[in-house]
Amino acid sequence: MYAFQYHRPTSSKDAVSLIGKKPEGKYLAGGQSLVQAMKLRLSSPSDLIDLGSVKELSGIKVSAAAVEIGAMTRHAEVAASAEVNKAIPALAALVGMIGDRQVRHMGTLGGSLANNDPAADYPAAVLGLGATVAAGKRKIEADKFFKGLYETALEPGELITSVSFPVPKRAAYMKFKNPASRFAIVGVFVADFGGKVRVAVTGAGPCAFRQADMEKALAAKFAPESVAGIKVKPDGLNNDLHASPEYRAHLITVMAKRAVEAALK
Amino acid sequence: MGASLIGARVERKEDYRFLTGSGQYTDDVALPGQTYAAFVRSPHAHAVIKKIDFQKAKNQEGVLAVYTGADLANAKVGGLPCGWLITDVNGQPMKEPPYPSLAQGKVRHVGERVAVVIAETLAQARDAAELVQVDYEVLPAVVDPKKASSSKPIHDIAPNNTCYVWALGDKAAVDAAFAQAAHVTKLDFVNNRLIPNAIEPRSANAVYSRASQDYTLYVASQNPHVERLLMTAFVLGLPESKVRVVAPDVGGGFGSKIYLYPEDVVVTWASKQLNRAVKWTAERSESFLSDAHGRDHVTTAELALDKDGKFLAMRVKTTANLGAYLSTFSSCIPTILYATLLAGQYTTPVIYCEVTSVFTNTAPVDAYRGAGRPEATYVVERLVETAAREMKLDPVEIRRRNFIRQFPYQTPVALCYDTGNYEATLDAALKMADVGNFNKRKEESAKRGKLRGLGYACYIEACGIAPSNVAGSLGARAGLFEAGEVRVHPTGTVTVFTGSHAHGQGHETTFAQVVADRLGLPMEAVEIVHGDTSKVLFGMGTYGSRSIAVGGTAIVKALDKIVAKGKKIAAHLLEASEADIEYDRGEFRVAGTDKKKMFGEVAFAAYVPHNYPLDKLEPGLNENAFYDPTNFTFPAGSYVCEVEIDRDTGATRVAAFTAVDDFGKIINPMIVEGQVHGGLTQGIGQALTEGCQYDDSGQLLTGSFADYCIPRAGDVPQFQLDTRETPCTHNPLGVKGCGEAGAIGAPAAVMNAITDALGVKDIPMPATAQTIWRSMQKAA
Amino acid sequence: MTVTVSMKVNGKPVSAQVEERTLLVTLIREQLRLTGTHVGCDTAQCGACTVHMNGKAIKSCSIVAMQAEGAEILTIEGVAKPDGTLHPMQAAFKEHHGLQCGFCTPGVVMNALDFAKSHPSPSEQEVRESLEGNLCRCTGYHNIVKSIMAGARTMAGSK
Repeated sequence: MYAFQYHRPTSSKDAVSLIGKKPEGKYLAGGQSLVQAMKLRLSSPSDLIDLGSVKELSGIKVSAAAVEIGAMTRHAEVAASAEVNKAIPALAALVGMIGDRQVRHMGTLGGSLANNDPAADYPAAVLGLGATVAAGKRKIEADKFFKGLYETALEPGELITSVSFPVPKRAAYMKFKNPASRFAIVGVFVADFGGKVRVAVTGAGPCAFRQADMEKALAAKFAPESVAGIKVKPDGLNNDLHASPEYRAHLITVMAKRAVEAALK
Repeated sequence: MGASLIGARVERKEDYRFLTGSGQYTDDVALPGQTYAAFVRSPHAHAVIKKIDFQKAKNQEGVLAVYTGADLANAKVGGLPCGWLITDVNGQPMKEPPYPSLAQGKVRHVGERVAVVIAETLAQARDAAELVQVDYEVLPAVVDPKKASSSKPIHDIAPNNTCYVWALGDKAAVDAAFAQAAHVTKLDFVNNRLIPNAIEPRSANAVYSRASQDYTLYVASQNPHVERLLMTAFVLGLPESKVRVVAPDVGGGFGSKIYLYPEDVVVTWASKQLNRAVKWTAERSESFLSDAHGRDHVTTAELALDKDGKFLAMRVKTTANLGAYLSTFSSCIPTILYATLLAGQYTTPVIYCEVTSVFTNTAPVDAYRGAGRPEATYVVERLVETAAREMKLDPVEIRRRNFIRQFPYQTPVALCYDTGNYEATLDAALKMADVGNFNKRKEESAKRGKLRGLGYACYIEACGIAPSNVAGSLGARAGLFEAGEVRVHPTGTVTVFTGSHAHGQGHETTFAQVVADRLGLPMEAVEIVHGDTSKVLFGMGTYGSRSIAVGGTAIVKALDKIVAKGKKIAAHLLEASEADIEYDRGEFRVAGTDKKKMFGEVAFAAYVPHNYPLDKLEPGLNENAFYDPTNFTFPAGSYVCEVEIDRDTGATRVAAFTAVDDFGKIINPMIVEGQVHGGLTQGIGQALTEGCQYDDSGQLLTGSFADYCIPRAGDVPQFQLDTRETPCTHNPLGVKGCGEAGAIGAPAAVMNAITDALGVKDIPMPATAQTIWRSMQKAA
Repeated sequence: MTVTVSMKVNGKPVSAQVEERTLLVTLIREQLRLTGTHVGCDTAQCGACTVHMNGKAIKSCSIVAMQAEGAEILTIEGVAKPDGTLHPMQAAFKEHHGLQCGFCTPGVVMNALDFAKSHPSPSEQEVRESLEGNLCRCTGYHNIVKSIMAGARTMAGSK
């Protein structure tokens, strides 16, 4: 790990102000991706602005229409939240599949989204539920948030403060794990808002994306057979040791079908 | 004493320290004046080093030294030796290229050590290592063993990258048998390359004393005496008496910590140059690049059968990848420990095996749990199962028709099995696995959209290596005996020193059971010491499932000497004839009387020899013994695996795994079961998840746990285990060894189950979900 | 640049001068010399470095020491009773042979202790899932699973 300067602000205002003075600095949320990258010397921020003491960034608020989660809320807290489990069980289940127990005790929503790893789970929920990402006063729609490989709509120094997830009629997430890393080779989040259906895929492309043909078919009839026959084009999908674009394309259909089955249960 | 301790499930003596964080692994050792080493490693698989500029690194704060290959060459530090000379088919010695500890002008695999930076702190060493500038002229690399002979030479000494072509068996007889065969089964496959990945990374910490002019090396090693012998005699040219090697608690080995590694040499040498303690501990990324890997065979195998499924002959041609350099035992793995096992449990009358071992621009390949025997078992058991399917015979029945039933049995591939009962383990496994109801389970799986398959493997292994004279005649450059010493203290407690080394096997418990049982003492009265050349008289270490069979026997022989001397002392004390003294459970008795002396009384007399036959007998009660086995031991067993494959994704779940082993006599069943569980899991890993991959330029693609998948808890089932017992005939404990069995038998069982489920002839390992999906796509 | 970091480790307040880039595990092992917490990888998979931070199992290789400022840290050295008696979870590992080389063991036990708090009578499946963040190369997990199931029940029973 390269040397850096460490800062521990206690408000998001101070955090944002600090990073304004440190153009090569980075926010440190849970650190479960960033610290790893720094250990392998793949990332070398001049400064780390630790958000761990910014209390206002943590917490879960549930209303009839939406679940709002603070950016620094740990995965374990979301996964175990009775309120989240009641309002959007698919969201709690997805968060319970991130990494492993130890990682979930540190990892955060904001950290995951800002990093935007192509195989991360949270982006599938954000996009699949059509959530709104709040960066202070700026509200960014999910459809405009994920820009590309590790690339988001966040401006330099901009800080995610919370995310608001609309409550769907029913939803489910199915993940086909990379056996080694436990990230998603393909994860599909399906949400039915009563006539309007969103299908979001993670792991398969440079960042999470929606599967329009499946959304259309499911809007017409929310049933597994609506997607079972849809063949996804492998063009542009990720290719690595563990899965070819063709295999990923196939898995998108399988996972989508299973997600619909699960949502109907 | 009550019941025998042999066969008792005694809880382990070592557990308390491991469970409370009091274990002492090499990286836990902090020496006064500790410094830290970081290695600069080659990013290229094959390149000429044009220039190394380390001035900037050397000038960094805290940096004490930067050494390169030139420094070692100037100091006349030798290359690492290979411990086994293979003689090729033309009677010529294998090609033995130099294996320098720091590269000499050329690098031959990614991760090879080019320079070392030593600094006051680890962070300083690592920061400075990054500043070492190396100019490389990149050369074309070869990673595929089948392309090695037609690729640019890696070593001048081996122009076609071939180390040797070696053969075993009667080729003419085999060819003749094939010409007569009613059926021939042929398979082409790769035995996938594996990366051992003991969870404790390799580590070495050396210190030199100017006062006594000696070195102490703490190192994560399976065999500290072997490490010392190789380093002093062949590399550093030091007297062994001036080097102490300590292998303290070692966090798993699986073969990968047998070898003398360059890092061990460098820190030891540097400790004298700097007159400071120098420590290096591998980061996991370095382990992936530079630990010796395992397996990596490309094989064509054929089995000739008569019309009834009786095996007539086997013909095997293998290309083995040795990597860029000859690691300590690399040369004997794909030859001596492989071809000799091709008879398996069967009476195949003639067998011929030809092995071409090649150099490639990859990490060295050497023994990894099983070492040659998993590869042999895979050949035999995949062939047998495939032949049964092709001939429409029950795979169980075809095995029964060919089992060896008369012992001793001389195989056509050099080994002589002393004992075994293959029907017994197979029958037990069939029953335990409830094979009779397999079809019901298959139907039930099908209802859930899953394909269920059943596979068998009946393995044999040669353990307890080895009779030194036999090994020597086959090219071994070391003896393969073991040493033990029993030191009885004046109060009758006992410390036993063994040349075996435990890195998870629990010798402190099992060996103590043997000693306590033989002497009739409580377990608490026995301490086992291992892993320190300054304490243990000598040792060849732990690998090849040899510890109890060879190391345990050495202890038994020393115990026999203790009892013999004790009888002399007791005879004197009891005023009886030595011939009349019997020893039983802690008591020396005059036969047929109630006159006796306790073990402790005899020990006390030996150390306080007031009433003692000093004219005839030395005082003290301390004996040692060396034991050189007269044969290998032959653990064998039958494994039954059931898999369930998801039709949609290709993902495989091991639904059930039954293992019935014959390890001869068992000292501690709890520990034996643990060994089998671990071995099976590594075998399942080879079959399903683990596969080392390099790209064509020699970059390691599976260089972390995020890409190289060792099994997790969710990847394996609860295992069903049992044992059958035919005691080994040539060691006094009747033991055979159990450390590698699981890793040897499991891959074939899993792959037989997968090919059964899919109805295909073959599928490559590791059978990942994608691999299986592709196979299903092809079939569809 | 060094900074001061303070926390409670195994119930005792500690304060140390560290470089800002110091990982929590490095502080624990190298400065506090609590070497029961191990490092088995550099990509956060193996879990050998697992400790509790404020009662929750985390990987001490995945955070910098400064993130633990003011926290309560529990390492394997703080698990047994002061008189040396093993904690029921540790005892279960001994009884069921849930360890071999011992290297992954502290991390596995620390994770299990945390897991058992919320799972007083876990199923085999739950235990296997709970071990997703721990790698063991020796035991094949079979006896680790048995140990945790037994240890969790004993813990629940002794409350």
